[in-house]
Amino acid sequence: MTFAISQTRLRALLPAISLVAVLVPILVMQPAVMSYFGSNLLLNLAVPIVLATLAQLAIITVNDLDLSIGPFVSLVACIGATLLVRQPWLGVLALVGCVLAYAAVGALIELRQIPSIVVTLGLSFVWSGLSIVLLPSPGGTSPAWLGAAMSYQTPIVAAPIVWSVLIAIVGHLLLMRSSAGVRIRGAGGNPRAMRRFGWSLVRCKATLYGVAGVFGVLSGLSLLGLTTSADANLALRYTLLSIAAVILGGGEFIGGRVSVTGAVLGSITLTLAASFLAFLNISADWQVGMQGAILIVVLSLRVLLQRGERR
Amino acid sequence: MNPHTSSEPIAGNDQSAWARLRSIRAPWVWSFAGAVLVWLAIAAIFGFGIAGNVAQTALTYGVFMVLVGLGQMLVITSGVGNIDLSVPSTIALAGVVGMHVMQGANAQIALGIAAALGVGVAVGLANYALIRLLRIPPIIATLSSSFIIQSVAITQGRQLPPPPPALGAFATGGFLHVPYIALVALVLSFALAVLLHRAVYGRRLSAIGQNSRAAWLAGVNVHRTRCLAYVLSSMIAALAALLLSAVSGGASLDMGVEYMLISIAVVVIGGTLVTGGKPTIAGVWGASMFLFLTNAVLNAVGADAGVRSIVYGVLIIAVTVAAGGKALR
Repeated sequence: MTFAISQTRLRALLPAISLVAVLVPILVMQPAVMSYFGSNLLLNLAVPIVLATLAQLAIITVNDLDLSIGPFVSLVACIGATLLVRQPWLGVLALVGCVLAYAAVGALIELRQIPSIVVTLGLSFVWSGLSIVLLPSPGGTSPAWLGAAMSYQTPIVAAPIVWSVLIAIVGHLLLMRSSAGVRIRGAGGNPRAMRRFGWSLVRCKATLYGVAGVFGVLSGLSLLGLTTSADANLALRYTLLSIAAVILGGGEFIGGRVSVTGAVLGSITLTLAASFLAFLNISADWQVGMQGAILIVVLSLRVLLQRGERR
Repeated sequence: MNPHTSSEPIAGNDQSAWARLRSIRAPWVWSFAGAVLVWLAIAAIFGFGIAGNVAQTALTYGVFMVLVGLGQMLVITSGVGNIDLSVPSTIALAGVVGMHVMQGANAQIALGIAAALGVGVAVGLANYALIRLLRIPPIIATLSSSFIIQSVAITQGRQLPPPPPALGAFATGGFLHVPYIALVALVLSFALAVLLHRAVYGRRLSAIGQNSRAAWLAGVNVHRTRCLAYVLSSMIAALAALLLSAVSGGASLDMGVEYMLISIAVVVIGGTLVTGGKPTIAGVWGASMFLFLTNAVLNAVGADAGVRSIVYGVLIIAVTVAAGGKALR
């Protein structure tokens, strides 16, 4: 019966399969994970990663790559832990400014036809620098309302799962079902056709980069709500984590081919993979290496399945 | 035979001076001009004595930026999306392995160099195997492999012997005020220049960088060419690792961390085409000196790490925006 499964169906199922591949061994080792408390603990840090992944997804939709999302999330957390507590209006202004800067960079990249990797690389230096200027040493406090929001207990199912599902649904509706979403994906799939049709690519890119900025801000704030203090290096690993999650979720670097639900599943898989290693009692020396190995294994799974499709 | 390196006059004499300047086929000029300007600024503010010292320091420490930049340049030239993020972990592992093999003894230096370069070859091959066989995008493949390499380096990184005295003396010594390290980088640069501009390999690398399908149709072995670029990049990182450990009196696991972003930055600021197919070695030198001197100035005026980082970022963006990209097709 497996042969009846179409290529697109298989592609859509792949992120779910990888999630199960990581989840099952965890459940076997630690059955308590299934409980409300267990899943809350395990997936606690998933929400900011899911949001950062969607920010990356917005940029990958137009065939670009954002190397600055990690430092940006750190910067947002730093703004939240300093300005937002001391002078709330200034903090909000700074966050809005960040989102506008993101949108402006998107427009600039399209206007000057310059590679996004390089521009966002430069941007990552800028965000890191701003974070260090704002918060030279780790510290600050999370605004009270933010901590309350992140520690809110949902009934029956643990909060991180509820948040992730909500984010996935909203993102899916916006990008996959709305007409604006289709137009924006078109900008990634066939920019030339879009230009001939008279739609502004500059506006498209500016919008998507702005959306990425918004998700980045949400990611930084939710992270701050969880950690309750900030640091300029808090989320540097999010850059590569988010790219890996998008690819794991079935996204491609070219062609506007992305999947919101896949990306959300991908980021949860990567969060779980980190906990999986903790359960295995691997020596600290090999923790990082195993993360790399898991990334390779899961990604090669995707290639194996794709090869199977061709036959 | 070689249209890219010849300086043919530009058609049309009625262009403005600016347009003519812009159309000079030497993107590296800008980074050199920047470096010279910054150095002159240092000389004007602090006097020539200090500026001379700064230049000598730049030739010692800025050279590491040149080395990692040269490796990254080869990979970036091999086509869109190709990038080597494993440079810092390769530096860590090669440094650790090199120091272990040398055991602090002068007699084993050659063996240690061979071992470190061997690490480079292995890393390069592994990287390309991930990209080619598992079809993982280079940015993720080199990242994942860098995690594993880092772990291996951590397990080997305990009780490291110091570098052999002869290697240490070589790294800190110099000839006529020019550090030996700078001479090593210079020799490497010339070798790469010959390889890229006068050898078949260079033509192939440019061809696959500009259009890998066209190159394939023309009979270029795309995979072998690209694989060699990754291997060379890792080998150059290994060389940088040996020199870094020699200069700083021992290998450490995090001595390469800052070079991941820097290696990309010097390639881009130097004028190498980010979309591939057009490297410039001189540009890497110019950009490295420019960034190092800028850093020195910012240090001298008391700017903290945050401000320096912001200036770096703005510089990278400004240079990219000014250079512009491919014309709309």
